[in-house]
Amino acid sequence: MYRYDEYDHTLVLERVAQYRDQLQRNLAGELSDDEFRPLRLQNGLYIQRHAPMLRVAIPYGMLSSMQLRKLSDIGRRYDRGYGHFSTRQNMQFNWPKLEDTGDILAELATVEMHAIQTSGNCIRNITTDPFAGVAPDEIVDPRPYCEVLRQWSTFHPEFAFLPRKFKIAVSGTLEDRAVTYAHDVGLQLYRDEKGDVLARVIVGGGMGRTPILGSVIHEALPWQHLPTYLDAVLRVYNRYGRRDNAYKARIKILVKAIGAEAFARQVDEEWQLERDGIATVTQAELDRARAAFTDPEAPVLPETDAGFDAKLASDPAFARWVSRCVRGHKRPGYRAVTLSLKPTGIAPGDISCEQMDALADLADRYGFGELRVSHEQNVVLADVALADLYELWLGARAHGLATPNIGLLTDIICCPGGDFCSLANAKSIPIAQAIQEAFENLDYLYDVGDLELNISGCMNSCGHHHVGHIGILGVDKTGSEWYQVSIGGSQGNRTSLGDVIGPSFAAEEVPGVIKKLVETYVEQRTPEERFIDTVRRLGMAPFKASVYGESTKKAEVTHG
Amino acid sequence: MAELIRGTEVVADDWTWVRLPESQEPVRKSAGKVVLFKLTGEKAASDDVISACDIPAGKVLLPLSVWLRRRDELATRADDGEIGVWLDSHEEPAELAESLGGNLNRLPLIGVNFPKFIDGRGYSIAFILRTRFGYRNELRALGDVLRDQMFFFHRCGFDAYLLRADQKAERCIGALKDFTAPYQTSTDGQPPVFRRRAAPGADA
Repeated sequence: MYRYDEYDHTLVLERVAQYRDQLQRNLAGELSDDEFRPLRLQNGLYIQRHAPMLRVAIPYGMLSSMQLRKLSDIGRRYDRGYGHFSTRQNMQFNWPKLEDTGDILAELATVEMHAIQTSGNCIRNITTDPFAGVAPDEIVDPRPYCEVLRQWSTFHPEFAFLPRKFKIAVSGTLEDRAVTYAHDVGLQLYRDEKGDVLARVIVGGGMGRTPILGSVIHEALPWQHLPTYLDAVLRVYNRYGRRDNAYKARIKILVKAIGAEAFARQVDEEWQLERDGIATVTQAELDRARAAFTDPEAPVLPETDAGFDAKLASDPAFARWVSRCVRGHKRPGYRAVTLSLKPTGIAPGDISCEQMDALADLADRYGFGELRVSHEQNVVLADVALADLYELWLGARAHGLATPNIGLLTDIICCPGGDFCSLANAKSIPIAQAIQEAFENLDYLYDVGDLELNISGCMNSCGHHHVGHIGILGVDKTGSEWYQVSIGGSQGNRTSLGDVIGPSFAAEEVPGVIKKLVETYVEQRTPEERFIDTVRRLGMAPFKASVYGESTKKAEVTHG
Repeated sequence: MAELIRGTEVVADDWTWVRLPESQEPVRKSAGKVVLFKLTGEKAASDDVISACDIPAGKVLLPLSVWLRRRDELATRADDGEIGVWLDSHEEPAELAESLGGNLNRLPLIGVNFPKFIDGRGYSIAFILRTRFGYRNELRALGDVLRDQMFFFHRCGFDAYLLRADQKAERCIGALKDFTAPYQTSTDGQPPVFRRRAAPGADA
């Protein structure tokens, strides 16, 4: 993975000094809370319901075992012994003390980590496919491009105070696993017939209050021009994005207001200013970044492993785990493994410091010391030899990291919600847990199969509920918490936004509603259909009828 | 008292910054700018306010609207180098350039206002003035000019900073050097870090 050179080190250390000074001035009363707020946010520090929350950047989700051990160390010394992986592939600490945050950043800097631009109205941490570099369907490894863009976006002087936050996702596979159509900018990397790398630039997608899928504004941007072209996109947005209303300030609103074509024209005009200029990326720099993401020096392995096959046949629990958590790899004899952070009873994405240490050990032993965080809030070991899978499973299981539910209904994507977040309208973690408890029967869960369930505690949509096959959104109605349920959303190549099934529900009703939706699917499906396919084929009606029955109209009146 | 930093020195300000009173009535921009108005919700000054604006003797830094509407009466003073113009964060550098026949360097001073420090439009305005329009004279940050933005101001092309009254000049000057080796290029012509990596020793 990418290692800092002296430039990167210097920058991060200077940031620690700058932040310490800002914090010190705030504590001394020289810097008002209002003026400190945007500054601390750009450093990932929220003041939350109970305590500050510090969001640590994990650039494009890549993490070394050494870094994970440091996160564990920080969790023990400055937090309550655990951390939380977010849907932005970052790690959040929910209980640090404000006065300690400077020290925490200094600790992070020792392992080439920081919290720069993990919040605030600036360019955020860039996300990508957790299987980058190993996926069999990969056309372009997105990580070197992500690294080039990480550097471009870090402390970009012109775009530190945008109208609103700005999120970029990059994919380089046939099957989009980075939700590129639901980001402020999505970049789909591919190759032309000569093999040169091009980017399809998608702008103005997003979730939140106004979910919109992005529009393609450039079909074939050569990779060298990514920074200058994105400068142009950001400049148009910075100047003309709305600043009078935070809910209408994302780039999607601007693109919608002036139209994607007009927006593309403005960007193109703006781009001419910098095009082919000094910021055009050189082959040498791309090569340098690429060299950081080479395949591990791993032995060449045969396609199959007899020991693995034997365990698969003799141990059904292992076989079950393999069927859900292990996926194909571009090199023979290797597999990519997803370790679930979604056992029943634990907030999705939460991980204890003991688990972090265990995970770091497993990564060292079986995964070349590298890990990735997925936007589904699980952890991926990308390069595991077939022959090591059984031992890895045993080791992961001993630490509660081998729940065989990847891609199943209980692999819930969920924001921290009202238990932690001061923005939330409603709690989300207890809803996730109640649903997990309602679907504890593994055989049934396996029979139901692939089903993505997303929960957001408010319209900010950190739980990406719009693209969940089933989406649950916490809403506030006259001071009490209600939940709106939608179906039909999906990520991937057929990204779609879900439709709300009807009036919202009280918290205790939600598991029953999900059960009815799932039962309807099980009754109506054809043998090869996933939940989402059945929804697409049949539409809303049968699902709605099963949930609301005859009382639909009445319910609408009651709490519509 | 607001202090002025030029380059890295505190200097006496020999310019009078002229501002229009806040307009109460929402006034639509001229036809061509309706889209801009809708998007940004900014109000333009009315003709009455502009013609009533008192322009003192000596060097004056005028609002763009006053300069555009009254530049005939100001022509001689402009030739004498007594007129500077400032843009508010929603205003168009192109309009200013057009009024000067494309040559912004006829002005000795251009200001860009930051009504609130979280309004980042001024950074792009500065970048555009320095690059697209090739402006080389003094470019001054006005308004909510604070220590923690100094580094960004400078990189986007500002070389003068009228600090908000509560700011300490010495600390603001120090903040110009918060970072020694930024990643990106900017108006200063500093190559992006990857070009410096490729040519070690080429660092300024």
